[in-house]
Amino acid sequence: MTRIITRLSRTRRIASTLLSVWYAYMLEYRAEIFLWAMVGLLPLILMGLWMQAAASGATAFSPGDFARYFFAVFLARQFTAVWVIYDFEYDVVDGRLSPYLLQPIDPVWRYMAGHAAERLTRLPLLVGFSLAFFWLFPEARWLPAVGDVLLCALALALAFLLRFAIQYSVAMLAFWIERVSEIEKFWFLLFFFFSGTIAPLDLYPPAVRDAAMYTPFPYFAYFPAQLLTGRPAPIALGFVVMLGWLAFFFVVNRVLWRRGLKQHSGMGA
Amino acid sequence: MPIIVAEHLSKSYRAAAKEPGMLGTLRHFVRRRYRLIEAVRDVSFSIEPGEIVGFLGPNGAGKTTALKMLSGLIHPTAGRCEVAGHTPFARDSAFLRSITLVMGQKQQLIWDLPVLDSLRINAAVYDIPEAEARRRVDELAAMLGLTTQLTQPVRKLSLGERMKAELMAALLHRPSILFLDEPTLGLDVNAQASVREFLLSYNQRHGATILLTSHYKADITALCRREMLIDKGTLIYDGDLAAMIERLAPCREVRLDLRRAYAAEELAPFGEVRTIEGRAAHLLVRREDLTRVLPRILSDLDVEDLTVGDPPVEQIIGQVFNGQASANADVQTPTPGAAQGAAT
Repeated sequence: MTRIITRLSRTRRIASTLLSVWYAYMLEYRAEIFLWAMVGLLPLILMGLWMQAAASGATAFSPGDFARYFFAVFLARQFTAVWVIYDFEYDVVDGRLSPYLLQPIDPVWRYMAGHAAERLTRLPLLVGFSLAFFWLFPEARWLPAVGDVLLCALALALAFLLRFAIQYSVAMLAFWIERVSEIEKFWFLLFFFFSGTIAPLDLYPPAVRDAAMYTPFPYFAYFPAQLLTGRPAPIALGFVVMLGWLAFFFVVNRVLWRRGLKQHSGMGA
Repeated sequence: MPIIVAEHLSKSYRAAAKEPGMLGTLRHFVRRRYRLIEAVRDVSFSIEPGEIVGFLGPNGAGKTTALKMLSGLIHPTAGRCEVAGHTPFARDSAFLRSITLVMGQKQQLIWDLPVLDSLRINAAVYDIPEAEARRRVDELAAMLGLTTQLTQPVRKLSLGERMKAELMAALLHRPSILFLDEPTLGLDVNAQASVREFLLSYNQRHGATILLTSHYKADITALCRREMLIDKGTLIYDGDLAAMIERLAPCREVRLDLRRAYAAEELAPFGEVRTIEGRAAHLLVRREDLTRVLPRILSDLDVEDLTVGDPPVEQIIGQVFNGQASANADVQTPTPGAAQGAAT
């Protein structure tokens, strides 16, 4: 029992220290984070196009539905943004991974703390963006149910972990090939089409939408957006699929990590 | 009982070989060729607790590769090593807590934040109580002469200050075994001297074992009573370097800055003329003749400046390789031409 308490207390201290130090680090880059958050405004541009289409009665969505959907997609993408592949690739190629490997803590916690701290730094910007959005688009205003918010928060937390696990697994290939971030660019092609970023999956052919629900992609945009806006979504299936992919990529990641370390030559170190 | 043991340690790996030019690029694209690099070849040694041992050798000799194997960063291709009773590559927590590896060119400090922030992370990771961590930071800062620099972003520090801060971060958990790879590389003479003093005092205070690589013979002679020479992946000497230099290098180098140019024949009576470049000359003088020849040089030649030193370590290594050290039992004479590839 004492050992468990000691271990928990050590974990808490490491987590809070990593988080506070990386928060300070992210604040050094606040201007970059602002610009990065602006890049995430793409769904709101697409929203304009779809609202035009809705006004002409071309879809079953009203302009307000589209506005709410794309706003929720914007939020979901802000909370599930992951860039660990770029950090890891740089650390492996530049030899910076070596000092991390010499410490009695898995380097993944440093990357994870960086992402969590960035989320905290981004939060005030999101509040500002949201207020401006609802001022500009009064037809999009709505008050989501508490249950929907909680469900969406849980889905976003899982989606972030899943996105991190997938990208960190691909990043492991940096032990064998040097430019793994190129793979990420190919991922974006599939991501844009199947995540629901360019259009709600309800507008896709039903077979495509049903098949997409078994891939990880809709869980980074469409699924949490549906939950937050109170629109129909396969909730049980969604969470099961997310947990399944998460377990799969966790195993893949650990296998690649162990093999990669054996392969690692401490390049440039 | 030795704290570091290496037995027949070897490391080889494949590296892509590409010829220059467009044709070479196309060939490389179509059919990739690799060559096998034998970075460390059958190296064996042991080190007792508290020893400071120098690892000396030219670029690509295999020093860094050996340190990486001993610190668990890379897996040996053959042989075994044991550090403080652990197999390094297993990287278990107790092993990682007992060692540190400092690489002159690589940093663990967070570039945009003050040093103290990186130290806070290390204190948490190594589970050092906060009050104790503060005490250790103060102690290390005093030993290294760092004060206000600790609250400055790392990127604003000078190279010497950064190296000292790296040492602080690497030693906060008070490791008993230090692997140091070129810890004074790129530092000015004063910073080099202060890092050396610090390492010596850390060794004395904590009884730490230090294995140190360096290009600078001054580092090695100031810190180590025992030196290992490695070249092309092979350990060619293990013992007292000063004694070896004494024996293998019967001559000392005399470098002269002269007020006018002299012909080689004019300088020949004083020693073996190695080079003459304008008004700078470089002679080799036998050790036993030195005290007799130096006053003659000063009285017979128009000398502006004169320095006396040992031949470069590379030259001594060459002599060892050529089998000139056969009399010493410590020297392992390798098969000529046996070592081909090497990598740092």
